[in-house]
Amino acid sequence: MNVIEPTGPRPKRTSPARVGLYAFLAISALFFLAPLYVMVVTSLKTMDEIRGGYILSLPSELTFAAWTKAWSSACTGLNCNGIRVGFFNSVRILVPSVIVSIAVGSLTGYALSFWRVRGADLIFGALMVVAFIPYQIFIYPLVRIFSMAGINQTLFGIVIIHTIFGLPTMTLLFRNYFASLPPELFKAARVDGAGFLQIFRSIMLPMAIPMIVVAVILQVTGIWNDFILGLVFAGRENLPMTVQLNNIVNSTQGERAYNVDMAATMLTALVPLVVYFGSGRWFVRGIAAGAVKG
Amino acid sequence: MERGDVSLNGIKIMFGSVKVLENLDLDVAKSEFLVLLGPSGCGKSTLLNAVAGLIDVKDGQIWIGGRNVTWEEPKDRGIAMVFQSYALYPRMTVRGNMSFGLKVSGTPAAEIARRVEEAAQMLRISDLLDRRPSELSGGQRQRVAIGRALVRKVGVFLFDEPLSNLDAQLRAELRVEIKRLHQQLGATMIYVTHDQIEALTLADRIAVMHGGVIQQLDTPAKIYREPKNRFVASFVGSPAMNFIDGRIEAGATFDGGGLRVPLAGYAFAGNPASGPATLGIRPEHVVTGSDAREGAFDATVELVEPMGADSLVWCRSPGGAAFSMRLPGDTAVRSGDRQRASFPAASLSLFDSTNGKRL
Ligand SMILES: Nc1ncnc2c1ncn2[C@@H]1O[C@H](COP(=O)(O)OP(=O)(O)O)[C@@H](O)[C@H]1O
Ligand SMILES: [Mg+2]
Repeated sequence: MNVIEPTGPRPKRTSPARVGLYAFLAISALFFLAPLYVMVVTSLKTMDEIRGGYILSLPSELTFAAWTKAWSSACTGLNCNGIRVGFFNSVRILVPSVIVSIAVGSLTGYALSFWRVRGADLIFGALMVVAFIPYQIFIYPLVRIFSMAGINQTLFGIVIIHTIFGLPTMTLLFRNYFASLPPELFKAARVDGAGFLQIFRSIMLPMAIPMIVVAVILQVTGIWNDFILGLVFAGRENLPMTVQLNNIVNSTQGERAYNVDMAATMLTALVPLVVYFGSGRWFVRGIAAGAVKG
Repeated sequence: MERGDVSLNGIKIMFGSVKVLENLDLDVAKSEFLVLLGPSGCGKSTLLNAVAGLIDVKDGQIWIGGRNVTWEEPKDRGIAMVFQSYALYPRMTVRGNMSFGLKVSGTPAAEIARRVEEAAQMLRISDLLDRRPSELSGGQRQRVAIGRALVRKVGVFLFDEPLSNLDAQLRAELRVEIKRLHQQLGATMIYVTHDQIEALTLADRIAVMHGGVIQQLDTPAKIYREPKNRFVASFVGSPAMNFIDGRIEAGATFDGGGLRVPLAGYAFAGNPASGPATLGIRPEHVVTGSDAREGAFDATVELVEPMGADSLVWCRSPGGAAFSMRLPGDTAVRSGDRQRASFPAASLSLFDSTNGKRL
């Protein structure tokens, strides 16, 4: 009998299971890509061509008119300034909200993990309860409170709102990370004479950079995609891009401009997309850093 | 350098409702090397953390350098601490780690640089100053951690099992280094370990702890030769002390394991009396072959463990009690042989069978 002695790398085999797996992956990818494809091609067509049907066909003549219109001259009611108004509003809401919510969340997470203040568990429990209650429940009471404080319908108000609703997740994220660090690190810093904020700034925060990246991604996508909070709390002047998009899509008189709607939708989705593509690797690394002692 | 005597009076420490230490007293002289030795979980780290001010005491006082520091912050106590897990700041270089405490206290930059250089030279880590902790080996990391303590120029150094994460060779190497530092600096050192070899080699005095209580506080020699109770006897020494249960007859002989061991020459702690007792003898104190004297007997060899310089020979007494003896490394004794042996009274330890106290 002829027996092959094993030597060197194990021979690779293509098993039916593997073929099936790849087929499944390919089909899933197609399933999710198809709508995106339709959106892209539709946004690049003229209305005449769209009326002809054939939603899957490529545009016969490429035109970016719908994109320009969506950006700068699509109408919401009587205003015809496009979706860019919403874009800049969203940026103005996003930047301070992300910074403040992460700053506050990391600080509370740090306080709850290292400084065993009395009632820390109670505070943490309360935060978790808040995280699991649908936030619609809080809207009316918060509107009343904000009105009384005179910050309802202001930029400041909406930043506070995003900070409050981001707090449970941010606190949990950072608390768990800091709790995974050896407590001796904290003790060593205390012997070295550093105080509460000094330890946080000089030692803990630099270590938590992977967590900060994760937090930024979560908060940017969450806040950018928010609709209801922006609608309720931001005020007429500061309506975020999602609300603006809704107004453009729903306020069309006469014929529905599918190409403009598609372009406006994609413009709105652009920021989270860029964040995902730009930081996917960091995101995974950050999640892993939380799991492994670092 | 500051005065570095440490004094603990009636210390009590609770974790929630669990009492870890109670009414504990300990005095450490200036420039003394005191080792807290005990099994895991006996409260050594808790005690050290209390001295450092990282854990609050429930009751009692802590005095360092003639000052009552019971309620003071760690940084104000005149102590520095080295941890088992190194606890280096991962995002800072070695230099950053060593200078952090000085920066916090507002020391001038030139002075910081001078002290860091000096400490780095003492520990031979000068060429590592610009590296991150992740780029160092375990031994180098612990050197840096010691360096971080050195730059503080304090009177008292606290070590919490600093060598336990290192392999045997590095441990021996750093042990010598710490001993050398102690002689060089003349600072007080309180050193926690569960490793009795470390304790015996480093300490001026050892405090053996068990269950939150200091069992014996003495010089290494005294602890080794005259353990105060059975716990200390069994915890200190490797290979471990042999124990044989039996009776003391008329304060003159020990009967047990089929042996009659004469006790003339044993220094009884109190009045010798008859009663049940445990005999303890270290393997190297068993006298063998033609040197065997009063009460000599023939033991059956069961197992030989060669350990290089000497061999540990496991035997059984005529009455079936197991014990070990130490023979030269080139001994020809094999299992199954008969080996003549005697237990000299002067090197015995006798313990009360009921409470384990030395008789
Ligand atoms: N933070 C804590 N909370 C509750 N119990 C603790 C805590 N730290 C230590 N203990 C308990 O105190 C006892 C002594 O612990 P420790 O001082 O760390 O022992 P050692 O350093 O001698 O191994 C142990 O029984 C341990 O379980
Ligand atoms: Mg310990």
